[in-house]
Amino acid sequence: MSKKQYWKGLEELNPTTEFKQKASNEFAEELPMGDFESLATAPASRRDFLKYLGFSTAAATLVASCEMPVRKAIPYAIKPENVTPGVPLMYASTFMDAGEAVPVLVKTREGRPIKIEGNPDSPITKGGTTARIQGSVLNLYDATRLKFPQIDKKEATWEAVDKLVTTALAGLGGSSLYLVSSTVNSETTLNAISQFQAKYPTAKHVMYDAVSYSGMLDANLSSFGKRAIPTYRFDNAKTIVSIGADFLGTWLTPEVNAKQYAYGRKISAKNLNMSKHYQLEGMMSLTGSSADERYTCKPSQYGAIAVGILNALNGGSASLTPTLNEAIKKIAADLNAHKGNALVVCGSNDASVQTIVNAINNAIGAIGTTVSFATTNNSKKGNDTEMNAFVDALKGGQVGGVLFFDCNPVYELANGKMIGEKLASVKLSVSFNDRMDETTQLCKVAAPSNHWLESWGDAEAFSGYTTFIQPTINPLFKTRAFEESLMHWAGNTVSHYDFVKNYWMSKLGGQVAFDTAIQTGLVTTNEVTMASAAFIGNVADATSKIAAIKGGKYELVIYEKVGIGRGGAWSNNPWLQEMPDPITKCTWDNYVIMSPNKAKELGAEHTDLNEVERPKHVFSIKANGVEVKLPVLVVPGMHDEVVAIAVGYGRDKGVGKAAYAKDVKMGENVYPMVSKDANGNASFYAYNVEIATTKEMYPLAITQTHHTYQADRPIIHEFTFDEFKKNPAELYDERKHEFEHFTHSFDAPHGEHGAAHGAAAVAHEPSKADDDWQKAYRENGTLYPNHEALGMKWGMSIDLSSCIGCGACTIACQAENNVSVVGKDQVMKAHDMHWIRIDRYFAGDPSKPDSIQTLFQPMICQHCDNAPCENVCPVNASNHSSEGINQMAYNRCIGTRYCANNCPYKVRRFNWRDWNEADCFEDNVFEDGRRDDMNDNITRMVLNPDVTVRSRGVMEKCSFCVQRLVGAKATAKKEGRTMRDGEAKVACQQSCPTDAIVFGNVNDRESNIFKIRYEEQKERVFHVLEEIHTLPNVNYLSKIRNTNVLSGAHHKEEEKHESVKA
Amino acid sequence: MLSYLQHMVKDLKGYALIVVFILLNSFQTFAAPDGKALFQANCASCHNPLKDATGPALKGVTGRVPNKEWIYKWIKNSAAVIASGDKYANDLYNKWNKTAMTAFPSLSNEEIDAIVKYVDDYQAPVTATAQTPAAGESKDSGDNTLLYAILSIVLLIAIFVLTQVNKVLSRSTNVKAGLPSPKDVPFLRNKVVLAILAIIAVVGIGIWMTNGADLGRQKNYMPEQPIFYSHKVHAGINQINCLYCHSGAEKGKHAMIPSTNVCMNCHKQINEYTGAETHPLVNLEGKKVDGTAEIKKLYDYAGWDPVKKDYKRNAAGEIQAKPIEWVKIHNLPDHVYFNHSLHVVSGKVACQRCHGGIQEMDEVYQFTDLSMGWCINCHRETKVQFVDNNYYSIFQKYHDEIKEGKREDVKVSDIGGLECQKCHY
Repeated sequence: MSKKQYWKGLEELNPTTEFKQKASNEFAEELPMGDFESLATAPASRRDFLKYLGFSTAAATLVASCEMPVRKAIPYAIKPENVTPGVPLMYASTFMDAGEAVPVLVKTREGRPIKIEGNPDSPITKGGTTARIQGSVLNLYDATRLKFPQIDKKEATWEAVDKLVTTALAGLGGSSLYLVSSTVNSETTLNAISQFQAKYPTAKHVMYDAVSYSGMLDANLSSFGKRAIPTYRFDNAKTIVSIGADFLGTWLTPEVNAKQYAYGRKISAKNLNMSKHYQLEGMMSLTGSSADERYTCKPSQYGAIAVGILNALNGGSASLTPTLNEAIKKIAADLNAHKGNALVVCGSNDASVQTIVNAINNAIGAIGTTVSFATTNNSKKGNDTEMNAFVDALKGGQVGGVLFFDCNPVYELANGKMIGEKLASVKLSVSFNDRMDETTQLCKVAAPSNHWLESWGDAEAFSGYTTFIQPTINPLFKTRAFEESLMHWAGNTVSHYDFVKNYWMSKLGGQVAFDTAIQTGLVTTNEVTMASAAFIGNVADATSKIAAIKGGKYELVIYEKVGIGRGGAWSNNPWLQEMPDPITKCTWDNYVIMSPNKAKELGAEHTDLNEVERPKHVFSIKANGVEVKLPVLVVPGMHDEVVAIAVGYGRDKGVGKAAYAKDVKMGENVYPMVSKDANGNASFYAYNVEIATTKEMYPLAITQTHHTYQADRPIIHEFTFDEFKKNPAELYDERKHEFEHFTHSFDAPHGEHGAAHGAAAVAHEPSKADDDWQKAYRENGTLYPNHEALGMKWGMSIDLSSCIGCGACTIACQAENNVSVVGKDQVMKAHDMHWIRIDRYFAGDPSKPDSIQTLFQPMICQHCDNAPCENVCPVNASNHSSEGINQMAYNRCIGTRYCANNCPYKVRRFNWRDWNEADCFEDNVFEDGRRDDMNDNITRMVLNPDVTVRSRGVMEKCSFCVQRLVGAKATAKKEGRTMRDGEAKVACQQSCPTDAIVFGNVNDRESNIFKIRYEEQKERVFHVLEEIHTLPNVNYLSKIRNTNVLSGAHHKEEEKHESVKA
Repeated sequence: MLSYLQHMVKDLKGYALIVVFILLNSFQTFAAPDGKALFQANCASCHNPLKDATGPALKGVTGRVPNKEWIYKWIKNSAAVIASGDKYANDLYNKWNKTAMTAFPSLSNEEIDAIVKYVDDYQAPVTATAQTPAAGESKDSGDNTLLYAILSIVLLIAIFVLTQVNKVLSRSTNVKAGLPSPKDVPFLRNKVVLAILAIIAVVGIGIWMTNGADLGRQKNYMPEQPIFYSHKVHAGINQINCLYCHSGAEKGKHAMIPSTNVCMNCHKQINEYTGAETHPLVNLEGKKVDGTAEIKKLYDYAGWDPVKKDYKRNAAGEIQAKPIEWVKIHNLPDHVYFNHSLHVVSGKVACQRCHGGIQEMDEVYQFTDLSMGWCINCHRETKVQFVDNNYYSIFQKYHDEIKEGKREDVKVSDIGGLECQKCHY
């Protein structure tokens, strides 16, 4: 077949010479021989060779013969009771970020937190995490954090700060005082604030969210009488409709949504139930990429679509484009068919649109089944109207004092610049932020608060489901909890711990209850109950307001990146900056994303230059009176008249090296493009956008085509829900057909060999006659001996239907395994080190955005039982364990890279540079200005002491988290029992919010992984490139899409026995 | 037959170890309790049979106390006995500066009897003359080397003489037969000689370089420590259980050097070294070490005021202790993962197997070279606790083979003990 059905990018769909060359090359770039070029071309190269040889021998001798340094072993002076050096301790706590509060378990080693896991006991999150939660431990060790309080940017003591602030507060008299914060839902924090307000009655507390949900809250107030966000149950919904809401990526609480969403879609041949997900959106979002049916529209049409659906529920029709009208009709029919089991969500912050969405949910019986106001989601409580009032007061010079907690309005608000200018004339301005960010540097006092990993506290992200925060480390710097500062200024000198303790002791009823709550991190493990509510919204008014919305020629979506999140407050996290964006696969920058059609029309079409080479055309985008120049990134599935830009870039130098590198601003801040809608709420859509081309080019570090395997073979298997229902065993039969003939070769020349190795395997592999062909293929498909796994045999299963591509696993793996950050320049050279690469494939016609279907395939070392990498290693550094793990011995590796060259999955990563000062030569570490903080002495505390920090010149790759396996085995061995299933969890599996990854001992017939492979999901199992007889220990489960047409598999009928080709 | 007997003996040893282990953990026993082991595990850190330590000398305890029942009660919960107003108990408590004795509720009466019997029967050990096995060994091997060297030289001379004789004889026969004699090649230009010399040179230089580099190994490394701490006095003479101080050896990868508060559990009471006559402390340079002065050093680190018999505390009430900076003797490279607990608990390896006769060392030195070859060799030779530890029940094939008599035992190497990622990741 000539044309690819699944492609990573346009360059692969229409392969250019450059692409083909790159894909076939071993390395993405010329070997970095720059330093040695003179040697290679020198006329007297023999002499030089001898010189270098002499030097290296001498150097090696010098290094080797150095005397052993005297090392000290320093025990604790007085050992803390619970700490045993070398044994990790887990503490229950709560991940805090503005209003977002996720119960987690923090793994500490010798008193320092090194890894965050979700708390599986939470009835809401059920252990789900996101890439940001995984990456948050790095924020604790951020070298840019303020190390002491400051007055006028000079170091000060807390006493001096207290004196200055209390004097100033006393001197304010009647003039107004504001406390501006992001969403606060902690009872004790709110209590501290009210204590402060009791002392200073003029103080007003204003909450706002950087990415606002104020319009939605207003709509809920008018629709249901409660200014709150309800809890959703995506798992209860059979039909899910999302209008521009990226609920799996950034909308509200993605870790909760994703978990529920995945549970509504866990499908097997025995359990043929699957929700259907419609997504209508302007930009290509993470959620859109998982949708069963996806329709593109302009953001200005979101309201009209909602109105259309509401009307269509009662038999009316919509008057948008023909495709959209058809879609609305289909969606309404589906919603009607699943009354009480359906859910509609919308990402718009327009109160009118949200009112209509509420009306739809009311009409389809969602209130009380999939939407409940009995338990509210308190992670977003910001009020734009109140915030506007503050800004107006500030503008009018009526503000006497202002305190900023956990917010950065100078950066995050459209009129931030004005706010910054006016701050100078405010008598008292205090920031509690952790760094010299845009707002803090304009405040008189910087009173840095603790990181959540250093704090006591509580949060009520879901009403009635309070979670607790306990410190896992002493404050690293001279910081003080925000609540403690407030209470000090209010005249209450109680410590924050005592305050939290006293509050909860009296509320929970005593020390024991308090201790239990801190220990478990939760107050209740009851499931959320759903309750109905009466809809009182004004649909007619909302409809007329929506009718007044006028779209433009080009429209803009301002979005949050899945990795950076929270309005971009985390720009200085190198892990998250280097995490490839799930859709664009771009690292380190922001950019304009645009459809292929539009890019072509504007002269930035997918030329060779545009796609394979790094420099991208820079466009000028003008919206809301603000112009930015940003590179264009072409993404299929974008609406042709919609562009999208992420917030969180264009940061100030004070934010840190990863956000502002080498004195060059990274990306542009697009918050100024956020406008106010008719109700005063922030709108993250711009309807009148001007796009102009420029002659500039700008390089982007995109990992899209890195480590591409030249596959003309099937890599992905995808089926529609109907196909699967009709014949669940289609894939199984295909595989059987392909490999069955190996069963006949038992008596053939290989017979002896097969029998010899077969005997051992028989006892440990499924002996069902049904699966004989698998065994036969394993034994007879090769001349190499079969690896026996007598005790354990580790295996992993990845469900392509559950995977949403969020990247939590990538960051979890990075945190667990000390995977290096390499920086933008090195990413461009394809030197990125991530052990998990999530391959994102598109299918469909790039010129028809609605036809684009997206698929994610996490690709890690497959731990082949017949591994091509093992055979070619000249020093046997890559070899096989008796537990089925493809082992990599770093200290044995001499860096020939033959293994990477021979790996069909391209999952091996080479340390081209000394990323972590891990080799014995001094001053050899790679520095680029962006990633330098990773080698800061404080930041290095994040490293996992159980995993070797790799040095330059060695190969590395996924190890199946062998340190965790060894740890779990050790526990079982010491207790004299066999290992329990699930006792050893790998990092990616534990972090996965959708439980797409299952890991375990395949030899254990009771294990989950065994059941998946040989019983429950037998029909969906496949191995990537299994026909080349690599015998991977990782299997995938086929993607099932609840739709009628698969863009990727439209030739299926013609090639009956050939699988889907990648 | 002999090997079978040896096998039996080895097995018996294994069982004895298990019994000790079970006793250590104070689980229900199925054999007579071992008083010595119990004493060392539970009592030795504070009591000595013959001398007063943190607690009183225990020999003859049955004659002192009111009755046997009293001993049971006292050991199981001394605080309760004191609280009950028992006169003897209160007198004892006051005499010992109100130092509370740890309660051992899990010890059975049988076990207590065994301990009491052990201490009552205890005799002072006869001081053994210090042995220097290392020196002895080297002497032995030196003798052999000399013997072989002389033998080799004699043989070489014999070879030389015989070749010369052969040459002369063949030349004379050649002359007789009228054949031309081959030209004499000078000795050092003889190709065979050159080849042999070259091989010797390459091998010799190789050995010399390998030994010279020594790859960072530090066998016999015995640095001077901040405190002259004698393992012989503690673990040898006073028989304190290794795991009392190195409690991490059972729990995690580090055996753990104890923190000062662990030292102070005993040294609150023991403030002088009284064994200087029976066991004088001598440092490497042959100078006498004053044990009492070394205990003073500990007090400085621990923040203990021996006069007031209390810790020095700061305003916040925290003990003013500072850690002791010991010089680390056993160093493994960073890329090696070694877990003490796996070897001690599930492997049931004695400390001495790797650390040598630590109970005989005043100053500790590195007993083995801790090289990878040494690790691997042990993994090849050591049997795992295959039958006793249920963890290994998953290795069905080996169990079958043992049942069928095809296999005697399972070595560490049989269960993947030689694989890279056992130790390197």
